[in-house]
Amino acid sequence: MDNQSIKQPILEIRNLKTWFPIKRGIMARTAGYVKAVDGISMHLYKGETLGLVGESGCGKTTLGRTLLRLEKPQKGKILFYGKNLLDLKRKKLQEMRKRIQMIFQDPLTSLNPRMNVLDIVTEGLVEYKIIEGNNEAHAKRLMKEVGLDENSIYRYPHEFSGGQRQRISIARSISLKPDLLVCDEPVSALDVSVQAQIINLLLDLRDSYNLSYIFISHDISIVSNIANRIAVMYLGKIVEQGPASDIINNPMHPYTKALINAVPTPGIYKKKKIVLKGETPSPSSPPPGCHFHTRCPEVMDICKNIEPQESKTGMRQVWCHLYR
Amino acid sequence: MSKKLLEIDKLTVSFETDEGVFKAVDDVSFHVKNNETVGLVGESGCGKSVTALSILRLIPSPAGRIEKGRIIFGGKDLLKLDIREMKEIRGNAISMIFQEPAAALSPLHKIGQQMIEGLMLHKNISKKTAWNIAESWLKKVSIPDAGERMFSYPYQLSGGMQQRVIIAMALMLTPDLVIADEPTTALDVTTQAQVFELIKELRQSHTSILLITHDIGVIWEMCDRAVVMYASRIAEEGNINDIFSKPAHPYTKGLLKSVPKLSTETERLMPIHGYVPSPFNYPSGCYFRDRCPQAFDRCKKETPRLVDLGNGHKTACFLV
Ligand SMILES: Nc1ncnc2c1ncn2[C@@H]1O[C@H](COP(=O)(O)OP(=O)(O)OP(=O)(O)O)[C@@H](O)[C@H]1O
Ligand SMILES: Nc1ncnc2c1ncn2[C@@H]1O[C@H](COP(=O)(O)OP(=O)(O)O)[C@@H](O)[C@H]1O
Ligand code: SF4
Ligand code: SF4
Ligand SMILES: [Mg+2]
Ligand SMILES: [Mg+2]
Repeated sequence: MDNQSIKQPILEIRNLKTWFPIKRGIMARTAGYVKAVDGISMHLYKGETLGLVGESGCGKTTLGRTLLRLEKPQKGKILFYGKNLLDLKRKKLQEMRKRIQMIFQDPLTSLNPRMNVLDIVTEGLVEYKIIEGNNEAHAKRLMKEVGLDENSIYRYPHEFSGGQRQRISIARSISLKPDLLVCDEPVSALDVSVQAQIINLLLDLRDSYNLSYIFISHDISIVSNIANRIAVMYLGKIVEQGPASDIINNPMHPYTKALINAVPTPGIYKKKKIVLKGETPSPSSPPPGCHFHTRCPEVMDICKNIEPQESKTGMRQVWCHLYR
Repeated sequence: MSKKLLEIDKLTVSFETDEGVFKAVDDVSFHVKNNETVGLVGESGCGKSVTALSILRLIPSPAGRIEKGRIIFGGKDLLKLDIREMKEIRGNAISMIFQEPAAALSPLHKIGQQMIEGLMLHKNISKKTAWNIAESWLKKVSIPDAGERMFSYPYQLSGGMQQRVIIAMALMLTPDLVIADEPTTALDVTTQAQVFELIKELRQSHTSILLITHDIGVIWEMCDRAVVMYASRIAEEGNINDIFSKPAHPYTKGLLKSVPKLSTETERLMPIHGYVPSPFNYPSGCYFRDRCPQAFDRCKKETPRLVDLGNGHKTACFLV
């Protein structure tokens, strides 16, 4: 992927903002906003995996849902193959939607309990009139693709284990041969011994389908095993992004450093523990200046009032006053 | 060698459900010594929480039943105590920290009120003294504005803060043993790091800890010794260095290999194949048999017993 810079990205997000209004009082007056996604820009190339890391409530899921137009953004552009998804009318959007799919943390709630696996995995194919209903051959092919028993297509979601259910939702998501798969915490609800199976499956499918992934997780160690590039989010904003190996080997932003330091690593005694003080502030009232300043071990005076701008070196971007 | 504070001996716990009766904990034995932190590690459903609840005799009845075994704590068999004696143990000698902070706090009462109740009951002190002790513990667990927080309701605190309140409540009773059941699973990574620092401080104060987790990385960071459970039974037990540098059981080996570690490359991982079976579908013989890369004939027919490899390192596998 050396000549990436001359290729056009398949996805480009520009200054995206998804805010949720906070309603108060009998008149349901808007009293403010939860700025779940607050000015995010990023891009993704064909066949690439972008890992999106951050703690609970920082806006990862909202960003993913906005990409699928399940949330309506306030502002910004989502360019998919150069076309702004936010400008598309229904028919064109429908066509584009086919090419972007999403899988979720809890496969049980995202799979319809009253549908059998055959219908679940071929639902999209039927909807887009690629096949007629009850097509066993397609269902079996998809099951095989994700490592499940072809003969279980007439069973229902509750008859499968968590890991198997996640395979079913992956089978459904690849059925339309999408270009982009948004994976929202796809292994967080799974047993440890099964997580690695799902990661491997995603790696294999990326190669065989030439898929691009946005891989969302709160666990930077899982992300590091699948992402080519990593973006770290804190309170609605990206604080650092760049090639995965650079981020892991040489984190620049104090928050990224803390995230990496917090990973318990068997066999290695940490020289220095970074323990952040305090709590993540609420995204409805983020602190002024750098959002991270209330917890940052390296906070300076300037951080309390002035929001850090992007500093860029090569493929690496960081938003922190330490790198002006 | 320090003395055994808690000894669990051949504990078997069964549950009766619509689908039938099954053993959630099957012939489990291990111990916790004075000043020791022991990790109980295993995947979801393997019986960790049921083991912990058995120690405090909190197994929901009549669905659950302790079928056999002894739980010796401070020389007494907890399974033989009457309700009053057991209450005394729960308040004074053993404290438990649960995974879901919300479940352990009453939503209707202020934090301070909830904290002093236990203190007054078990320590026989005045309300004022109890209030002061409680407030000082909130400070110790780094709750900002502790004095004001005493008047907050649980919903006014974040999950991380609630968990710290619960830790404070567990510690202020100065127990001999703290059982922490996945105390950080519901928390963010950076909050988890904070809670671990607290628990490490606890180790300094000579409290014994039984730390339950599904994350083997946590065991490495926090514990002196580990007990590895798989499908209601113990697979391996030993001190941290033995478990991590020379794991003996194929399950422990598989777990250590499959856990995603910080990596600068996107390489295929090395998972354990197959899935954790449901307790109604455990295979005959060794429960790990249909996922074990080294299984052989005997594993089908017999149940492996824990064998001592020396230095307290034990494993239940026919390969040794
Ligand atoms: N429909 C909604 N209405 C109002 N606020 C919302 C809505 N959806 C999300 N939020 C808020 O937006 C913020 C970001 O939420 P989001 O679900 O994107 O976080 P996340 O990073 O996915 O967190 P987690 O790791 O817990 O899944 C949170 O404060 C959340 O409470
Ligand atoms: N109250 C209950 N009724 C029926 N089954 C239960 C109950 N509590 C736990 N179990 C079952 O016992 C087994 C062990 O559970 P548990 O100890 O909670 O596992 P974990 O190791 O995840 O803590 C599981 O199969 C679980 O479903
Ligand atoms: S800008 Fe300041 S407060 Fe923010 S991360 Fe950098 S040093 Fe810390
Ligand atoms: S007893 Fe047999 S099946 Fe069980 S872990 Fe050992 S080799 Fe594997
Ligand atoms: Mg989310
Ligand atoms: Mg449990």
